[in-house]
Amino acid sequence: MSEPILDIRELHVWYGQIHALKGASLTLGAGEVVALIGGNGAGKSTLLRAISGLIRPREGEILLRGCSLVGLPAHEVVGRGLSHAPEGRKVFTALSVEENLAMGAWVLGGDRTRIDRQRERVFSLFPRLLERRRQLAGTLSGGEQQMLAIGRALMAEPQVLLLDEPSLGLAPILVERIFATVREIHRAGVSILLVEQNARGALALADRAYVLETGRVALSGAAADLLVDERVRKAYLGEG
Amino acid sequence: MEFLAQNLLNGVSIGSFYALVALGYTMVYGVLRLINFAHGDLFMWGAFLGYTALTAISAAGLSPGPWVFVPVLPGVMIVLALAGVLLERTAYRPLRSAGRLPPLISALGAAFILQALARNLYGASYKTYPSSVSLPGGVRILGDVTMGTTQIVAVLAALLLMSALHVFVHRTRVGTAMRAVSLDHDTARLMGIPVDRVIAGVFLIGPALGGAAGMLVALRYGSFDFTLGWTFGLKAFIAAIVGGIGNIPGAMLGGLILGVVESLGAGYISPQWKDLIAYVLLALILIARPGGLLGERCAERV
Repeated sequence: MSEPILDIRELHVWYGQIHALKGASLTLGAGEVVALIGGNGAGKSTLLRAISGLIRPREGEILLRGCSLVGLPAHEVVGRGLSHAPEGRKVFTALSVEENLAMGAWVLGGDRTRIDRQRERVFSLFPRLLERRRQLAGTLSGGEQQMLAIGRALMAEPQVLLLDEPSLGLAPILVERIFATVREIHRAGVSILLVEQNARGALALADRAYVLETGRVALSGAAADLLVDERVRKAYLGEG
Repeated sequence: MEFLAQNLLNGVSIGSFYALVALGYTMVYGVLRLINFAHGDLFMWGAFLGYTALTAISAAGLSPGPWVFVPVLPGVMIVLALAGVLLERTAYRPLRSAGRLPPLISALGAAFILQALARNLYGASYKTYPSSVSLPGGVRILGDVTMGTTQIVAVLAALLLMSALHVFVHRTRVGTAMRAVSLDHDTARLMGIPVDRVIAGVFLIGPALGGAAGMLVALRYGSFDFTLGWTFGLKAFIAAIVGGIGNIPGAMLGGLILGVVESLGAGYISPQWKDLIAYVLLALILIARPGGLLGERCAERV
């Protein structure tokens, strides 16, 4: 494999006294979709929050296209080409859909042509958002909020997209839609690190996957292999 | 009828000043969930800095007519904006991750320092702006209902500043970012918004508006002393709570309601009872709507 676009080496993160990540390593190749699966409290969201600078790792390295992100304040990470759609959607409820997208485009500054182009792109991915663009985000349904959270992350023209539980709390039909859109975003050239509890959906979508257990990578490999792996089937696919 | 109209007019006039000061409390609460007790004293400093400027202009041999407000008001706003940012840097930012109580104590300390400074530098006596800065005459609004020209200009200035803030917060990128930050710091950071700088921006705008209010109040009421921040500022704080603290239109609404209720109470019952009447009504509003009139409608913090 060529040089990974995102390279995480031996990452240790502490929340006060809690050792949340205990030396996790992971790579994301350019143009790949990599799934990160694992139970509650395994450290999946912690890993994403560390990558985007919301928490500072105590040890380890995070390289984006070979440049370290460790120690960079969170608001400077997105400008390097990495967007993060956080767990729980976290849309700005009292802002309109358009204002949410405008905030997503913060790093583009006042470049109207680029902002307009990205907005067109987001609206063509999610026509629903175009219909609701003047509505307050807090009045959208869960599925629409998830679309907005992903669309907002895309506004910054990322090369790498971190998606944290995009299927959480959505009806199966919407989960299908969201996963289909993730595939479409990937085809447009964005490398994606996808955190999911819906292991089956994530493994069907991803090229490779990592299984995180209590802060460590317990398993990794091609998604197709993990789908038929005995341990994965037992623990995460509800079989056997 | 005319008596009612006159009292309503007075109420709106005083209420617009409450509102202007209340904005500073509510904006800081919005982004930091902190009650900036020092805000009332920054407002008081607006009155004193205006006094210093006007006195200096007199001492220079110039007769300070109403025109002096054109350079002095923006000047005072700029000085207080800088003071606000300095306050945030020294008293609040170092305590940002220390929980909610330590910054509150720090705010009280800053309030006492600002107050003691004013008392020691200016003395405890009442100060007045030279009468030459007032605009002469008044305007007959309808029947016997009149309003002094100075009063009208002061109210219009307050309303103009509030409209400018409204446009800024709703029509500009930075204003929208302020609203985003007040909803969710971490997610705002993920967008690339420099949260610390946005918070500093709030501390630039709030005290600037408060400083303008300080000068306008001093002009409108004639005399003031170093306790202005506690007496008038506290009411503005209550106005922010009534409107729903953290909510900008709420602060404006709360200020106007407080002013009108107070003025009607003073007119129809007794000036001695006006505070009591106002506070009872406010207590009733808060019993009915604990989050304030326009309090947060969506759950915003996890």
